[in-house]
Amino acid sequence: MVFKHDVLIVGAGLAGLRAATEVAGKADVALFSKVYPTRSHSGAAQGGIAAALENEEPDSWEWHMYDTAKGGDYLTDQDVAEILAKDAIRAVYELEHMGVPFNRTPEGKIAQRYFGGHTSNFGQAPVKRICYAADRSGRVMMDTLYFDAVRKGIKIYPEFNVLDILIQDGQVAGLVAYELASGEVHVFHSRVVLLATGGYGKVYKVSSNAFASTGDGLALTYKLGLPLEDMEFVQFHPTGIWGLGVLISEAARGEGGVLRNGEGERFMERYAPTIKDLAPRDMVSRAIYSELKEGRGINGQDYIHLDLTHLGEKKLAERLSDISSFVRIYLGLNPATDLIPVHPTCHYMMGGIAVNIDGNVIDVKNNPVPGLYAAGECSCISLHGANRLGCNSLLDLVVFGRRAGQHIAESLNHLSWVEPPAAAQRDTLDRIRQIKENRAGEKAVSIRQTLQEVMMDDCSVFRHEQGLKKALEAVRGLQERARNISIDHGGNRYNTDLMDALELRNMLLLAEAIVASALNRTESRGAHSREDYPERDDEHWLKHTLVQRTDSGVSITYKPVTITRFQPKPRAY
Amino acid sequence: MELRFKILRFDPQSDKEAYYKTYTVNARSEERILDCLNRIKWEQDGTLGYRMSCAHGVCGSDGMRINGVCALACQKLVQDYAGSEEITLEPLPFFQVLKDLIVDMEDFLARVDSMRPYMIQSEQPPERERLQSQEDHKKLEEAIRCILCACCTGACPVMSENPNYVGPAALVWAYRYLYDTRDGEFMSRIEKLNEPDSVWPCENYFECTRVCPKSIPITKSINFMKREIKKQLPDSGKQ
Repeated sequence: MVFKHDVLIVGAGLAGLRAATEVAGKADVALFSKVYPTRSHSGAAQGGIAAALENEEPDSWEWHMYDTAKGGDYLTDQDVAEILAKDAIRAVYELEHMGVPFNRTPEGKIAQRYFGGHTSNFGQAPVKRICYAADRSGRVMMDTLYFDAVRKGIKIYPEFNVLDILIQDGQVAGLVAYELASGEVHVFHSRVVLLATGGYGKVYKVSSNAFASTGDGLALTYKLGLPLEDMEFVQFHPTGIWGLGVLISEAARGEGGVLRNGEGERFMERYAPTIKDLAPRDMVSRAIYSELKEGRGINGQDYIHLDLTHLGEKKLAERLSDISSFVRIYLGLNPATDLIPVHPTCHYMMGGIAVNIDGNVIDVKNNPVPGLYAAGECSCISLHGANRLGCNSLLDLVVFGRRAGQHIAESLNHLSWVEPPAAAQRDTLDRIRQIKENRAGEKAVSIRQTLQEVMMDDCSVFRHEQGLKKALEAVRGLQERARNISIDHGGNRYNTDLMDALELRNMLLLAEAIVASALNRTESRGAHSREDYPERDDEHWLKHTLVQRTDSGVSITYKPVTITRFQPKPRAY
Repeated sequence: MELRFKILRFDPQSDKEAYYKTYTVNARSEERILDCLNRIKWEQDGTLGYRMSCAHGVCGSDGMRINGVCALACQKLVQDYAGSEEITLEPLPFFQVLKDLIVDMEDFLARVDSMRPYMIQSEQPPERERLQSQEDHKKLEEAIRCILCACCTGACPVMSENPNYVGPAALVWAYRYLYDTRDGEFMSRIEKLNEPDSVWPCENYFECTRVCPKSIPITKSINFMKREIKKQLPDSGKQ
């Protein structure tokens, strides 16, 4: 059966929801989610959303813009950072007006707290810029927007996995989706497709990401020959629960928590003398790895401690209650009295589908693809540069999700309907049949686990040429093995076995793009830290990576960074 | 250690009725029940159906009945069942089974929607934020923890006695907006809550409160709303 809507939005996290509610009422819009709605990973965001409201301390959007560019190690496009920092204030008030239950100051205004890399007066001292609802800020924002979408009558296709985008004559014609409940493959005809499929942290063994974070949207565009941008920049959050990778929000340090090594030392004082534990995530994760390498882990193990014992029960209950419960449930510890064992965990992908400032997907020559958009973590609008600051991602989602929605609504007038290719779903069905009918192949699990280990060992916080070359070869070997996947489940209802196999192939494509981009960049910048090239090299590398699939293999090109107000300077905190 | 899992299986397309299938896995005591389920599915039987995503009690996908009690498989550890020779996994009671441990959530969400879980305000908002005191915000602190996992509704004995009962999760959302000082529909929400299938069927079994993975005092909130209705509408209400 063929379905038809003006605009199809893939992913019902915050970016997708915010774009959808912007388009609703102006055009017929439908939302796809491969998980059940309200399960999207935006809901796992804990710390909050950044905006220079000045509710607690003097602040300005210029400082926020500067922090974003410096946090991104000057790979941030500054025109994008300017839009973000200026629009942040309106965006937070909008969320408040919709009902997001932000914590409050004694005067009843939105409360604000400290967070890594957010400073006053261009780096002088930490500033309270983060609006929050305890440590479940993402969840309450997502629920608020979800019920707003329901209220607006937006059509939602729950548990539909989008497997192909249909392009005809260089323009979007729709997409092909797999319905998990029935196993049916449907063609959806449209004039616009917006991808908002989130990150792909599941490429790594230790990750704060959900199982659903497999980068499907990136793989869809990459397979079309469109470029992915800045894929080498992978953020490791400093404080994942040791062994599990479950996130302990940076808000823990924003509220006064400190990191301690095996000697009990607050080691961040040595690495970032001005803002210490509130340094950006790339620096703190490197500092932790350096402490571990120099033998200052806890009892010789590969973790350090997060110390919240001085915060008091009241603050933990009012502002950090979810992470307190994670610590109790998974470690059997009480954060009010016990030190928490933590280790960096793969958290966020700065790289993604190359888009322009309106969220329109672009090719390597910066030409927009009519009707194709991307927003949120799956996109690279070049906001976060080489390292994202905490609380700039929820902001990114609502600011640029809305902006993409606005641009879509305006563009619809001059976007015509193009017919999807005849038998549009044939390729998709063939791919599914091939996996289902393969009886003698390999299960996805061993390939996936090997991939996650390879990426963790050779392409995580610290990298070097030898390891990256080894990883590239290993990933390509795994891609070969993944051609021969077989599954147990031959049925049609909720065949998650089949989905696992398809998602693994997506992750393998993205892993290759990450490693190839990382191998090429012979400098250290932000989250990309090369042991063999430890310095930032603006002369040669102040440029964005574009990685693309061509007939002759993976091709890498570069494009300039937009610098407006802030010239690159050495990055110290 | 070796651990046995007895899992209720049912594929409405091919099975006449549900049946139990037993699997054995090696598990460490600090592992999640979800880790065991994943190992069963990935290594032994890819036909097994269950939902999961974040794996740390935030997304709300993996609500199910574990040894007879509704819970999230990612929030329960093997050591929580020390002493059990076998762990039984069944879908949430009361819900229609779509496959194995996967249940139909449509009706559940429709019940939540019926409580208008969004802010309604006819007055134009101010340029900046609406003010709200810390005390007023605190009233919402517990209700906003809800992740729509449906454990409470699955556990509620009233749901099977009275299938029209809107259920505990919907009432948590009703509470969350009833007591949000920024909302403009307090009285119409009270009237909605006074309908026969809203708060009144609750008989204080406290099962919802016992199983809530986010420790929301659900029964207490329902009783609070019952008293509020009696205060606001002295002539109506049950009892």
